[in-house]
Amino acid sequence: MNSEFRERQPIGVKNLSKHGHTTWLPPVRKIKQQISTDPTLTPEYTHILGIPEFTRRATQLALGKDSPAIVESRVFGIQTVGCTGAVRLGAELLRSCYCSSSSWTHVFISLSFLEDSLAGTFKAAGIEDVQYYRYWDAESNGVCVENMLYDLENAPEQCVVVLFASGHRPTGAELSQEDWKRVAEVMKRQLFAFFLMSAQGLCSGSLEQDAWPVRHCVSLGLELLCAQSFSHNFGLYGERVGHLLCVLKQNLLAVQSQAEKLVQTLWSCPPMEGARVVATVLSNPAHLESVKAIAERCMLIRERLRERLRLLGGPWQWDHIIKPGGLYCCFGLNTQQVDFLVQKKHIYLLPNGCLNVSAINSRNLDYVAESIHQALSSKR
Amino acid sequence: IMSIFGEVPLAAPVAVFKLTADFREDQNPSKVNLGVGAYRTDEGQPWVLPVVRKVEKMIADDHSLNHEYLPILGLPEFRSSASQIALGEDSPAIKDNRVGAVQCLGGTGALKIGAEFLRRWYNGTDNTKTPIYVSAPTWENHNAVFSNAGFEDIRPYKYWDAGKRGLDLEGFLSDLESAPDHSIFVLHACAHNPTGTDPTQDQWKQISDVMKRKSLFAFFDSAYQGFASGNLDKDAWAVRYFVSQGFELFCAQSFSKNFGLYNERVGNLTVVAKDQDNLNRVLSQMEKIVRITWSNPPSQGARLVAITLNTPELFAEWKDNVKTMADRVLLMRAQLKEKLKALGTPGTWEHITEQIGMFSFTGLNPKQVEYLVKEKHIYLMASGRINMCGLTTKNIDYVAESIHEAVTTV
Repeated sequence: MNSEFRERQPIGVKNLSKHGHTTWLPPVRKIKQQISTDPTLTPEYTHILGIPEFTRRATQLALGKDSPAIVESRVFGIQTVGCTGAVRLGAELLRSCYCSSSSWTHVFISLSFLEDSLAGTFKAAGIEDVQYYRYWDAESNGVCVENMLYDLENAPEQCVVVLFASGHRPTGAELSQEDWKRVAEVMKRQLFAFFLMSAQGLCSGSLEQDAWPVRHCVSLGLELLCAQSFSHNFGLYGERVGHLLCVLKQNLLAVQSQAEKLVQTLWSCPPMEGARVVATVLSNPAHLESVKAIAERCMLIRERLRERLRLLGGPWQWDHIIKPGGLYCCFGLNTQQVDFLVQKKHIYLLPNGCLNVSAINSRNLDYVAESIHQALSSKR
Repeated sequence: IMSIFGEVPLAAPVAVFKLTADFREDQNPSKVNLGVGAYRTDEGQPWVLPVVRKVEKMIADDHSLNHEYLPILGLPEFRSSASQIALGEDSPAIKDNRVGAVQCLGGTGALKIGAEFLRRWYNGTDNTKTPIYVSAPTWENHNAVFSNAGFEDIRPYKYWDAGKRGLDLEGFLSDLESAPDHSIFVLHACAHNPTGTDPTQDQWKQISDVMKRKSLFAFFDSAYQGFASGNLDKDAWAVRYFVSQGFELFCAQSFSKNFGLYNERVGNLTVVAKDQDNLNRVLSQMEKIVRITWSNPPSQGARLVAITLNTPELFAEWKDNVKTMADRVLLMRAQLKEKLKALGTPGTWEHITEQIGMFSFTGLNPKQVEYLVKEKHIYLMASGRINMCGLTTKNIDYVAESIHEAVTTV
């Protein structure tokens, strides 16, 4: 056994470069240096809702510059402390503002085997009733849309549904655009969409494509919230750059004012540095090309992993590895198999055998493929 | 079709931000902003501390630094050095391994995590009825933070005596006595916001005695350490005294003012427990709370503060920068008082130099405040609170004369 692999092989969460380190987009270092020496930048508190330049760009990134919601001034954005901060703030906003006349209480989250911080975040905001809709299907190693639609159609009225626009955590399994159209129709009738978009641009390589579900719902006239993260696609993990997008039909200023009140009770105003970096990058189209490179690398790894596993033989299918793009991939392993990988092979992955493909590189690809093969063969 | 948010009412704007917004729109060349609590130089400009500029550049040029998520509880070297600043490097509690901390999003974030923890685990489990006492008056956000954390009973404790323009100690002690045992008291560690009036050491001892006897919980809010007197240790006396008296307590620290890092949101919730075992269990629960609030804190500001506090030459330079700010405030206090006395402005103005920190509770009434804002374009809070940092050698005569006018004609 190669002693190099005795070390931890973290295949959990972050986007890693081919050397196994988290990596910034190339322009980020230069921009950070510029910020550190810019005499015109003051240390003053940011606005409660964040740097206007950042929220404007983040909104445009999600919805597209020509979005009807933007043109009609029916959208506002809030800079948050990472995606978690966006979800927490969105949950607080819903709890305090949503359908004050109704007795709405439910939130629906995709049934997932990830640690329950998503449910915990809603509960902490005061939304106790968290239910689940079916999503991942072990048989097909993908999404079972029929199950999902059934659960949504039978959800209580005015329920809030948490949807991954792209890059589902932790499975990476995606809906097609046709599937999304069907989901949107159900949402239109009686449900409120709370999108999570944690890696726009990383999944398909196209910023527009990854945001399509959100844009489609907006084009149908739906109101929605969307929590965006800039951790993975910018490599700005420690900087905590997040954004909560609010698309409404009316009463924008009132909702915005309530959001301000809530922000005051959480963090008063958000941290400046990371958001300033993102705003600078977003204002320069050339910088966004580097996001594509990350997505391409992920796709390459997926193809190579599939090839290795195929060559190792066995009765299993591997097409589901390359079907979605982005960071995550799921093998549907059971607890013993995951334990085997962690304890015996020192490969640390998420429950059910979900993993972050960017942690795989030329040095560990063979080892990972062989280990997964072993896990599947010996412990069924 | 109606919006699902159709019935949401418009919330009132935060007073201090509205004040600054009005100030910005004002075209009058003599305008002065004595509202929001941020330091200004004698040129009326924000000040990036020289040591901060230096360390910022060091960080930007350091290619070895990673950009990973920080641990949930924050940067370890930041947490420990920040707690040391509050409790003193020779703190017996630190030596006993019963002090821990959570890096938070500014002072607000530290109050938030502390409040969320207390609501879940203090005085029973999920006891939302435990009374929270905040000073009358206090920073206007205290109420909202505790209320949003789920506490149902937030009450004022007597603090400011408008008549004698000082601390209402009798009222304070009486409210402590009549509080239900185990109530939580939010105490300003130094440079009380908005009154600038702190208890003396002797008065703190009296407060501590009652709190100990009635098992009242001390939750310190420390946003101005170093800024108040210019001396870090002096400004931390109250917190350290309580620790020496055996209290288990929280201290929400902000590095916004004393590092001038307002927009990087650098805060620390220091936790002092009876022993290490208790401390570990508390921190483990706080970790769970952080996870569903912001997951993990931002790295930039904490890294900057940690490097500064842990590098002797930079630490010395920082203390010097802090003293520069504190000294300028003290100078403005002295000069404002002198000018008012020279003008013969009615009333006593000793409180201007007796009060400490960024703010002064001038004692001006709402009509006088309105006069200053509308007629003289001098922006201050309706309570009569002024930010001394807004005064400069260039505008202090105008401000003194305007106060004189307000007091004598309104």
